[in-house]
Amino acid sequence: MARTILKVENISKQYRLGLIGADTLSDDLKRWWYKIRGKQDPFLTIGDINERHVKGDSDYIWALRDINFDVQEGDVLGIIGKNGAGKSTLLKILSRVTSPTTGEIKTNGRIASLLEVGTGFHPELTGMENIFLNGAILGMTKKEIKSKIDEIVSFSGCERYIETPVKRYSSGMRVRLAFAVAAHLEPDILIVDEVLAVGDAEFQKKAIGKMQDISQGEGRTVLFVSHNMSSVESLCTRGIVLEHGKISYEGTAKGAVGHYITNRKMQTANYLAFENKGNEYAQINSIAVNPASDNIYSEDDLEIEIDFTLLQNTNRRIDISTAIYNESDQLITNIGTGYSKISPVDSNKREPQKIAIRILNPNLNEGVYSIMLRVVEDMASAPKLRLDDLILFHVKRKADDELYLNVKGFISPQIEVKKLK
Amino acid sequence: MKAESEDQWLYTISSKHKLIDFNFKELWRYRDLLLLFVKRDVITVYKQTILGPLWYLIQPLFTSIIFTVIFNDMAGIPTGVAPAFLFNLAGITSWNYFKQCLMGTSNTFNRNQGIFGKVYFPRAIMPMSVVISNLIKFGIQLIVFIGFYFFYVLVKDSEIMPTRSLLLFPVLILIMALFGLGLGMIISSMTTKYRDLTFLVTFGVQLLMYASAVMYPVSFFKEKLPSIAWIVEYNPMTTVIEAFRHMTLGVGDYSIPKLIYALSVSLGLFVIGLIIFNKTEKSFIDTV
Repeated sequence: MARTILKVENISKQYRLGLIGADTLSDDLKRWWYKIRGKQDPFLTIGDINERHVKGDSDYIWALRDINFDVQEGDVLGIIGKNGAGKSTLLKILSRVTSPTTGEIKTNGRIASLLEVGTGFHPELTGMENIFLNGAILGMTKKEIKSKIDEIVSFSGCERYIETPVKRYSSGMRVRLAFAVAAHLEPDILIVDEVLAVGDAEFQKKAIGKMQDISQGEGRTVLFVSHNMSSVESLCTRGIVLEHGKISYEGTAKGAVGHYITNRKMQTANYLAFENKGNEYAQINSIAVNPASDNIYSEDDLEIEIDFTLLQNTNRRIDISTAIYNESDQLITNIGTGYSKISPVDSNKREPQKIAIRILNPNLNEGVYSIMLRVVEDMASAPKLRLDDLILFHVKRKADDELYLNVKGFISPQIEVKKLK
Repeated sequence: MKAESEDQWLYTISSKHKLIDFNFKELWRYRDLLLLFVKRDVITVYKQTILGPLWYLIQPLFTSIIFTVIFNDMAGIPTGVAPAFLFNLAGITSWNYFKQCLMGTSNTFNRNQGIFGKVYFPRAIMPMSVVISNLIKFGIQLIVFIGFYFFYVLVKDSEIMPTRSLLLFPVLILIMALFGLGLGMIISSMTTKYRDLTFLVTFGVQLLMYASAVMYPVSFFKEKLPSIAWIVEYNPMTTVIEAFRHMTLGVGDYSIPKLIYALSVSLGLFVIGLIIFNKTEKSFIDTV
């Protein structure tokens, strides 16, 4: 039987909203006053669950609440969940960057995390010097690094530049070098957070291969956090789904991915109306996808209608852009009023206005998609308002044809097959 | 079976912390990191400069010249048998080491939040590396001091002689390092929540210099302003600077009990600093 290498017991993490992340002076004093009288911390009993869309009454929020799970030696555990479900907080606690509000984590091995590669790189130091520094930060000794230095350099593919300061590297090279160091760590438990999202395709392949080696060949334990459902399914042996700071599913990786996707399907809608959605710059009153029909079909055009109110006086051009993401949070397209010569948005109007963006024949594959909406002033890169996952919608296929139902990939185009010879 | 598995855990991450909770074994395991940080600090500061490490020397030299002109030539502060320039250089060299330790460690958390937010290593490594890398700069500045020392002895025939107390010089370094490190760790822990202190530090260090007998002998201060002389007398840095001058130049207020006093104050501050620092490092990333 495999040994339990990591035991997470009743882990909770509370944050305070607003300017100061944890406490104010008065709350500190109150807490101290309860403590010396031997009473329980008064702030542990209050607090809302972590749901971004809902306005809560309390200043305190539980980013994680009563998380319990065990990891066996050799497991590759995938942790999935929406943005803000608490994945990163959990990893931060596991990698000892911050400590939990309640609960305990017991571990039987050294944990090393790749929360972000290239931590501690110094631009003035050469690649070689940075390998040693970064390796030591990640917990390796000089001896360990020395014994692997040739491997690390050749894995990074930066042999020619290894004596050049890192500030002269391209960003891709920096990532390669950083991942090369990280990949040669030999902790008992490795924590990986979406590092695979960076770098070019050839390098990603290398990186995934390395992760597979680590988990399968060497039987090392890996905790893998990702939005990419397909890599979770192929790399992980087990999976947990986090939702609003709680575990909503625990089981096989396949089961977790399935749970996550069906869960998202249940939250899909064609039309959503909001109150107070937005900021002091603009408010979104409602959003609709193909409002004319009940279902959203792959074969139809896709029409997004946005009803909004601008709140500030300006004469500048204002644009609304929408980005559509698939279930794995991959960008399908990024479209908006910015592509037309004159923006349909009336900058001077303080009343509600409504625009529509139509995509002709998108042929999106069946699945759940989410829309991220941005309000942009003067085509600037930083949006005035940004709303992630504003609406989730479910695209279905009209045709019941077997041939169509199993099409893989981003689109399921309407096709014709002919015999020519 | 259960009792057995309770004991076998390598370590536990818990919400509860003991007041004094140092893991020296872990610190030792990260010793390579400490040395690499020191190396990084020393070689990166003056990369892409023409004079390089010479900058370590120029700053104390010019400050000493200015101090000599203003405080000794103009204001006429007596320096005994010691040449005024050497007197000031001795004060500034030791003051600089303390100041660099304090300033370098007092923003540990704020300056390193990027790296602290991503990986775990014993946080105390950071301030310790500052103290050690400054020790190297201090060593370079000491060489200048020694150079001028010989210049005054051989060329100018000054009647200065090192005293036997010079053997206790390592104790002075220890006092300065502990004092700077302890104060720095306390300040850096407090600035994670309340930023006010960052403004106070730059200003406060300047004020403290005037209360540390850098550009005057304590005896002179006592004579002129006896009512507030205690501020200067009880300052551990005064003890260090005066003792350093006594060791090398033969002038200054030096006694073993005073050294013991300064050592205990800085040791106490260091322990308090370490406790506060340890408490802060657990969750500072949420407040910074």
